[in-house]
Amino acid sequence: MTKFGSLIGLSRKKKQAGWNRPPVVEETNEGELLEVSMGPQHPSTHGVFRMDLALDGERVIRLKPEFGYLHRNHEKLGEDQSYLANMPYTDRLDYLCPLTNNWAYALAVEKLTGQAVPERAEYLRVILAELTRFQNHAGSIGFLMQDMGCSGTPLMYAFREREKILDLFEELTGARMMCNYMRFGGCRVDASQAWLDATRKVVAGLPKFVDEFEALLRSNEILMARTQGVGILKPDLAVNAGITGPLLRASGVNYDIRKVDHYGIYDRFSFRVPLGDHGDVYDRFMIRMLEMRESVRILEQALKDIPGGPVMDPKAKNRGLRPKPGEAYGRIESPKGELGFYLISDGGPNPYRYRVRPPSLINLTVLEDMALGQNVADVVLILGSVDIVLGEVDR
Amino acid sequence: MKTIEEIKAAIDAAIPDAGVVIVPNPSPSGQHSLRLDPAHVLQVARFLRSDAELAFDFLSNVTGVDWPDKEVAEKVKVTRPVTKLVDGVEQTAEETVEETRKHLQPGCLEVVYHLFSMEKKHGPLVVRMRTVNRTDQVDLPSLTPIWRSAEFQEREIFDLYGVVFTGHPDLRRILMWEGFKDHPMRRDYVEPDDFEYEPTPHDAVLARTQAHQAAQLAATAGEKGTGAAQ
Repeated sequence: MTKFGSLIGLSRKKKQAGWNRPPVVEETNEGELLEVSMGPQHPSTHGVFRMDLALDGERVIRLKPEFGYLHRNHEKLGEDQSYLANMPYTDRLDYLCPLTNNWAYALAVEKLTGQAVPERAEYLRVILAELTRFQNHAGSIGFLMQDMGCSGTPLMYAFREREKILDLFEELTGARMMCNYMRFGGCRVDASQAWLDATRKVVAGLPKFVDEFEALLRSNEILMARTQGVGILKPDLAVNAGITGPLLRASGVNYDIRKVDHYGIYDRFSFRVPLGDHGDVYDRFMIRMLEMRESVRILEQALKDIPGGPVMDPKAKNRGLRPKPGEAYGRIESPKGELGFYLISDGGPNPYRYRVRPPSLINLTVLEDMALGQNVADVVLILGSVDIVLGEVDR
Repeated sequence: MKTIEEIKAAIDAAIPDAGVVIVPNPSPSGQHSLRLDPAHVLQVARFLRSDAELAFDFLSNVTGVDWPDKEVAEKVKVTRPVTKLVDGVEQTAEETVEETRKHLQPGCLEVVYHLFSMEKKHGPLVVRMRTVNRTDQVDLPSLTPIWRSAEFQEREIFDLYGVVFTGHPDLRRILMWEGFKDHPMRRDYVEPDDFEYEPTPHDAVLARTQAHQAAQLAATAGEKGTGAAQ
């Protein structure tokens, strides 16, 4: 964090732009530049996030994101406690998607120790991850509409559906948001037949919700006017800047870690990877809409095929786990992008190094590139379309 | 994807004096890594990104690791002359003794990069670099000009570990505030006493706060040269 204004100031010094650096936006020189500190209390910053903007009229000339308001040094905490004790902490990273965070961490530890996961647990993980993706995408579209000034309705539609999914999480894991469900080598508790039936019922209702949600929004004139051609991200820059998730695929790059790594059992399901054409805010909105449909397809297949059996590998060790010295990097396709955990073990009970690769933070690298030359009101939409959660950005 | 040995051979063929070393990883993950020489890292990185077969266009994860100075104890057999009194006459004899010798293995800061290829859909390739020490020679070349995704992550390493990346376009603290002195992710980082507490009537906290404030007052008085008037 830096003092407000110390960065962008009002200096007219030209910055050198490299091939992968933000373009230099020319001022019109008709008046003074206006410096705006957007956030950390601004409602559209989705938490405590701040942007220092330099405006020429309404045009954004420079933008610097400032982080750290929610920093609690998650990684240091991770090095001070055992492998298992870190699991509930991962819930607090991206607090809208606790179960994908659990999975990414469990996957990294399983890579480190070479543990296997039983079939039924793999299916449960896929079901929970896709439910998480669905509710995250629905919520993020709702928040994007809220930022646009479409007050209430889409967000409430999304939250109505999210509530049903959170009820399922609560029934299975005991918590709506801080689930702490997955373990190294499986899952903590088994799902009952009643829970699976309830999930099938909820999933059967999801396509209707997506149809309704899409019909409500897709061809809305204001939405199209505000989002089409706004905040364009070129594919070569997106790849170079390490952008992942819907933001990358909206720019037309076909990279979905579920398809690339086939982690878990994703190779068994048939689903498509939606791709955008223009890489603008509208494409990102639409990609999330389409990914929700694909999530429903995966859910239907997984709920049909889920086998019986244990959910924990009987040989799995969680408490008092001391992996052999070595390191591992495990990653999954979280709803926001590539969520990775990098662990180094020195043979002790705590990780020697515990690193979270936060998709939200790295996706913000190109925020300036997308916002330069746009109107200040569009910055709100561009940020909304990146879909960040500050618990993960600041860690 | 090519094996780590093949990648090393490809780098050595393209850049003759690259100085790449394979660091084996004994864990079941099997993610072995390459240690690069900071002097040639930019050339190697450009090669890894642009080589048609490797095509590592996506730098996913950049992170720091702190390896503090380690005291290593070794048992060494030493032969030395010993003067002894034998029958009242001083005599010198050779004697072999086992000694424990301690020496300091100097620590360093390490930066680890996880590379993937979006074009070829392979990875990860783990590459790492080390600084000379942990105190004054902590600079490494920045890879941000090659992979933009390193921008915020290298700033984070600078902030939390204190590695100075030369060639980084905007190297500032990112998570801690400006003016913060230390690097919290280092292993030997000591948290400050909780001097932000309100003074309370409780003995321990009150004493600690007073001690802290006294030290602070003395420091500011020394700077201003006005004496401890307050």
